[in-house]
Amino acid sequence: MRKPEFVYVTYIETTPEKLWEALTDPDFTERYWFGMRLRTDWKAGSTFEMVRGDGSVSDAGKVVECDPPRRLAYTFVNLSDKYKDDVPALATFTIEPFGRLVKLTLTHEGFAQGSKFFKGISGGWPAILSNLKSLLETGRTLDIPYAAFKAED
Amino acid sequence: MWQALTSAEFSQKYFFGNSVAIEQRVGGAFIVRTPDGSLHISGEVFECDPPRKLTHTFNVNWPALIEKLGPTLVSYEIEPAGNAVKLTMTESHDRPIDDDILSGGRQGWPAILSSLKSLLETGTALDVKMAPPQRMLDALKRLGIGTP
Repeated sequence: MRKPEFVYVTYIETTPEKLWEALTDPDFTERYWFGMRLRTDWKAGSTFEMVRGDGSVSDAGKVVECDPPRRLAYTFVNLSDKYKDDVPALATFTIEPFGRLVKLTLTHEGFAQGSKFFKGISGGWPAILSNLKSLLETGRTLDIPYAAFKAED
Repeated sequence: MWQALTSAEFSQKYFFGNSVAIEQRVGGAFIVRTPDGSLHISGEVFECDPPRKLTHTFNVNWPALIEKLGPTLVSYEIEPAGNAVKLTMTESHDRPIDDDILSGGRQGWPAILSSLKSLLETGTALDVKMAPPQRMLDALKRLGIGTP
């Protein structure tokens, strides 16, 4: 079995329901995801888009699985020219209760050979998910500059 | 962040109750003791550049571990990022290591680092209790490496 190219595991003091809301509600994602709003009806097969503060779409793909508050999966790829050789890759979020905590596992897989997008998400997810954990545990987000989040060239 | 990585006072809270002691110089000793005071991990400092870079060996005190699997190297890099810091932690080995063996670190590090982040941001570490993965214990046994 091929391993996912990207795996991130974090433990958060919250409930599966709150974490689910944080991953799917655009009012929530806007706060920790560098202003990004997710636009979709969360039905398997539906279009999935990441929308910037100015209304433009940065990334797009499809919803693959939506099983609240346990499992969420969607494909997406960044639409900029820089990633024109890339294909939508599958991001899967698994939420498991762990004592008083929740264990969140994100895998991201199915990148094109020599993918630039893979480099992008490898820089992006740790910043986004750190910020998500901070928001859920402290009610505040971090002030991580966009440059730290941006894909390395 | 540097203080949290190098002091027992902090490590006891986020590292499963273990106490870290480290001589902050190249060649210095790195020691981890369990809550009952027994030696759990030992190593040697290879890079020490406070508060930016720390590299040391991280050898769990299990009989025959070094002979069978070689040394484990752990490295922390701390970079400012706005009002936050970016921590990059890596575990590396000088030879290919079986996934069953690596499952221990893959299970433990995310819990330790999650708890460290909570401790620094909220003042309280996470209540994470976990036993070593059975697949790792089985693999160690197959290799003839003793575990407590």
